[in-house]
Amino acid sequence: MATVPKVDVGTDYKEKYGFSVPEDYIFKAKRGLNPEIVKEISWMKKEPEWMLNFRLKSLEIFRKKPMPNWGADLSVIDFENIFYYLKASDKQSTSWEDLPPDIKKTYDRLGVPEAERKFLAGVSAQYESEVVYHSLHEDLSKKGVIFTDTDSALRDHPELFKEYFGTVIPPADNKFSALNSAVWSGGSFIYVPKGVRVDIPLQAYFRINAENMGQFERTLIICDEGSFVHYIEGCTAPIYTTDSLHSAVVEIIVKKNARCRYTTIQNWSTNVFNLVTKRALAYGDATMEWVDGNLGSQITMKYPSVYLMEPGAKGDVLSVAFAGKGQHQDAGGKMIHVAPNTTSTITSKSISKGGGRTSYRGHIKMYPGANNSKSFVKCDALLLDDESRSDTYPYNDVDAENVTLGHEATVSKVSDEQLFYLMSRGITRSEAETMIVNGFIEPFTKELPLEYAVELNRLIQLEMEGSVG
Amino acid sequence: MADFEIKDLRASVEGKQILKGVTLAINKGEVHAVMGPNGSGKSTLSHTLMGHPGYTVDGGEVIFKGQNVLALEVDERARLGMFLALQYPVVVPGISMTNFLRTALNAKRGYDGKDKSKQISPKEFRSMLKGELEVLHMDDSFLPRYINDGFSGGEKKRAEILQMAMLKPEIAILDETDSGLDIDSIKFVAEAVNRMRGPELGVLIITHYTRILEFIKPDFVHVLVDGKFVLSGGPEIANRLEKTGYAEWGEADEPKEVA
Repeated sequence: MATVPKVDVGTDYKEKYGFSVPEDYIFKAKRGLNPEIVKEISWMKKEPEWMLNFRLKSLEIFRKKPMPNWGADLSVIDFENIFYYLKASDKQSTSWEDLPPDIKKTYDRLGVPEAERKFLAGVSAQYESEVVYHSLHEDLSKKGVIFTDTDSALRDHPELFKEYFGTVIPPADNKFSALNSAVWSGGSFIYVPKGVRVDIPLQAYFRINAENMGQFERTLIICDEGSFVHYIEGCTAPIYTTDSLHSAVVEIIVKKNARCRYTTIQNWSTNVFNLVTKRALAYGDATMEWVDGNLGSQITMKYPSVYLMEPGAKGDVLSVAFAGKGQHQDAGGKMIHVAPNTTSTITSKSISKGGGRTSYRGHIKMYPGANNSKSFVKCDALLLDDESRSDTYPYNDVDAENVTLGHEATVSKVSDEQLFYLMSRGITRSEAETMIVNGFIEPFTKELPLEYAVELNRLIQLEMEGSVG
Repeated sequence: MADFEIKDLRASVEGKQILKGVTLAINKGEVHAVMGPNGSGKSTLSHTLMGHPGYTVDGGEVIFKGQNVLALEVDERARLGMFLALQYPVVVPGISMTNFLRTALNAKRGYDGKDKSKQISPKEFRSMLKGELEVLHMDDSFLPRYINDGFSGGEKKRAEILQMAMLKPEIAILDETDSGLDIDSIKFVAEAVNRMRGPELGVLIITHYTRILEFIKPDFVHVLVDGKFVLSGGPEIANRLEKTGYAEWGEADEPKEVA
């Protein structure tokens, strides 16, 4: 009889992603949040005054806004126990060799340089608060493509930056966008000129290393008319017994006839609170696609949205969430139809295991005048046992005429018949379950570049085999 | 001692006793047919042998390679050399037939995701698959499709037979493989099984109708009525059933499909 060795996902995550390296930092701000910390961050970055004022105003807004009283339970977050700014290296490198050894080792272990060599057109690596490595294929920069970290963009492209920054997601949008606006650091800035197609993906890798770290990257992507870009982000962190906070803001502008795809493979350790605001504006006949994979984290609240601003604009959200023991994935999407003849789809797949909880939360709004628009929402939940839970919270507001709005939701369990069938071919129970889950999320996986699809299937396998740690 | 011995097997479904003591010895190289009217326990026999969780064993044993397979998990029985071609093959969305076949082959070879030396190489897999498709006179159009998803009845049965050919079991149970098939598909399945027949394979064909037995000549025929064999013998029993049906055991069911 063949026996399958058990993989302990806790151990395996620790080995592959969950390790940490010593803190040997250039600058570590004190714990807690106050105007002095915000001033210190801005001073460290040598920012123009308007940005400092933007930050301080955002901090006030954050203070005034109550915690969201819907979604996941966030009452355990202690904002005064978090480090808001950690700088691990005094310069940004364009060569992995130039990085401080511990940081280089970290990215080597995560396989980022290898991925860059094989299939990426540009890479950004953020370590704690700052981007430490950056690269972009030369032919793309010759075509006028800008791919840099957001701090550098503020310095090097001030006009472009100021024109768009904070216009898609103002600080007052929600409590966490206000927090991000006050203490933001790092993130990616991308500008794709008119008619330029970036055929090979650009990737950013976000890494938290220190305990009680707060990572607040800020990403701004501008796709000019008729352009295309595919941006991929990956995220991991060490396993600590106390919590870390990741609260990003991602703003995207997709101009006429342009297309932007934004793919996330988030694999935070289960001590991370992941509270992210992602929003795109899509203009005439433009397409915005969010491909959003949420594994890991303790709590995720994330609802990528698309504002369909002009006729013919199209928005897609395709998301997968996996919640294991002690995890709550509250995810979904928002489609705001402002103009007529706009279309949107949201496809949400969730898997709950070992008492984990997934929620789909979605909002479809069709403003007066957004006539002849179409939206379709499909949520499928897979429960792997009786202790796990899945809920659906769809909100629809339709004030337009002659519109089509569809919503389909299913909740299913791994069926005995499927398990029996696969096992009757010699496949072990755990492998059969993994196959069924991978088959369930295949509509998502098939949208990923091959290397990421393979990695996602492997991550699912780890989540399935272990007692999720 | 036969290669595969079913001894006094008793089994129930949802508390109702269905199999009331079935005994049968199968040797490799032999083809046995179990025939019976609806409700006689044919499906219960096939599913209990393979270990479906919906069927409860109440007694008896099944000895194969010195082990009582009733104590084994479903996948362990399969890796030991048992195969069940299902009457209703199950749909599994999102997994291609190719992936399924490769995973099953790797499982059979003891590959657990760790020891790469046990894994079948892509080249070896492709050439094996090509060979079996040729032998079975099958095209490969359904291989990229999801497991049984949108397959016609005939395609499903062909896919089952391909799995059997790839996994090379020593004991194959064909559960009503002929039901719902047109005559061409029945012939196809029968020819494929005939090609696989040989000293390394014992076959148990479970069927309601005599028709498939015109194409796969059984060495032994057993009649199952109300959870027990009421008659066992050679292929002549199938001929007798074709004429008289199950009436002599008080069953009105006809063993011939009404055309």
